[in-house]
Amino acid sequence: MIALSGIEKAFGPNRVLRGVDLTIDTGTSMVIIGGSGTGKSVLLKCILGLVTPDAGTIRLDGQDVREGPRDAFLARFGMLFQGGALFDSLPVWQNVAFRLLRGEQKRPKAEAREIAVEKLRRVGLKPEVADLFPAELSGGMQKRVGLARAIAAEPEIIFFDEPTTGLDPIMAGVINELIREIVTEMGVTAMTITHDMSSVRAIADHVAMLHAGVIQWTGPITEMDETSDPYVQQFIHGRAEGPIEAVR
Amino acid sequence: MSVLAPVAATGRLVLASLAMLGRVTIFAARATSHVFRPPFYGREFLQALMQIGWYSLPVVGLTALFTGGALALQIYAGGSRFNAESVVPSIVAIGMVRELGPVLGGLMVAARVASSIAAEIGTMKVTEQIDALTTLSTDPMKYLVAPRVLAATLSVPVLVAVGDSIGIWGGYLVGVARLDFNAATYLKNTVDFLEFWDVASGLVKGAVFGFTIAVMGCFHGMHSGRGAQGVGRATKLAVVSASVLILAANYVLTEVFFSA
Repeated sequence: MIALSGIEKAFGPNRVLRGVDLTIDTGTSMVIIGGSGTGKSVLLKCILGLVTPDAGTIRLDGQDVREGPRDAFLARFGMLFQGGALFDSLPVWQNVAFRLLRGEQKRPKAEAREIAVEKLRRVGLKPEVADLFPAELSGGMQKRVGLARAIAAEPEIIFFDEPTTGLDPIMAGVINELIREIVTEMGVTAMTITHDMSSVRAIADHVAMLHAGVIQWTGPITEMDETSDPYVQQFIHGRAEGPIEAVR
Repeated sequence: MSVLAPVAATGRLVLASLAMLGRVTIFAARATSHVFRPPFYGREFLQALMQIGWYSLPVVGLTALFTGGALALQIYAGGSRFNAESVVPSIVAIGMVRELGPVLGGLMVAARVASSIAAEIGTMKVTEQIDALTTLSTDPMKYLVAPRVLAATLSVPVLVAVGDSIGIWGGYLVGVARLDFNAATYLKNTVDFLEFWDVASGLVKGAVFGFTIAVMGCFHGMHSGRGAQGVGRATKLAVVSASVLILAANYVLTEVFFSA
């Protein structure tokens, strides 16, 4: 279980997070929604330690994430970055097997490649893709490779940062389905940040809405459409009128 | 406007400069410590060695060749005013190995390598590849910075040595073909007047310059701003700061090595 309590983060005078409280139960898929610039990515990076929060605590299975060995902590996570964040200088299979080629989870090269090819197949890519470089792939293929990398070392928790940004609706649907399948199949805890409502409906067990630096509403996906929360209603229906100020 | 405004502005500038100096020093110390602490990334080191050392050979070689030739012409022209044309071989050799080889070689490598390191690492930062490395339990200082710093520190002295040889050869070509020196006499004068420390001091300078180039490239890349403009600025700062530091370090080292 991931438990966030009173998380605050400011960049200069800009207070992005103003006391975020959120709990993500083990084995569930939490999707955080919210407008651009509301601090969704910052929240995710706070959990991973890529950004240090100014205040608050983050606990993973009851233990403060700042304590204990960092490598062991990070080994429990997989992450799909918004733009893929694939390493340009490495072929696809080495991107996927990156964690398996070095560090504590290091395997023999042939075995790591075999696992990489298997994970690529799992996300719908042919083995021939393994020897290409990221620059030779389309946006959708890069997302799939990023997804394969995220699951390569069999993590317990997977983060998805805007998984469908920049993809056409069909490819976005394919990625959403893949994520849902993988999350269910692996039984992992998933945390996705997005403002794409089709992703929310495809991926989420629970939804939390981040606005003005705090969680405005959280609940099961089944209750999202029925909630009377005006922020959620404005966001999911894409209305310009409402409590969330729209810049015209 | 207050009369103290210029003083306040100067103070801010000084404080900002000192803060930057502190950040660079800490970064350089961290980079150095990672060079000696495992894990070591041999493949990344060899790639950096190729990129920094091998691929810089043509530009360093051409720079040294033309510099050696021009130096021979200048010393001949200057020396002929007081009948000292015979010093051309020895002055070309000493000038190349002590000063021009390391400094011009260092500046050319700075232009080529500091910019490429800053652009590469800056782009990785902007596209979240640095964050991805961290989430994959790989320290970017170890994986990206340490191999480049080690490779530059080791390869630039070799480039300087090659540049020295080519520069002296450039002087020899001009001396023999253009200024009518006797080939054997030219070579004898070159060898007779060159001392071990002349060469060694240039190589030590090369190592310091290589370290400086890699540290400035990595530092500005790792601290690159967002977008194309951020990466462009990081690249520019890397080249300018590496070049200025090379010239400053050259003066300090020359004082240390050769002051009477």
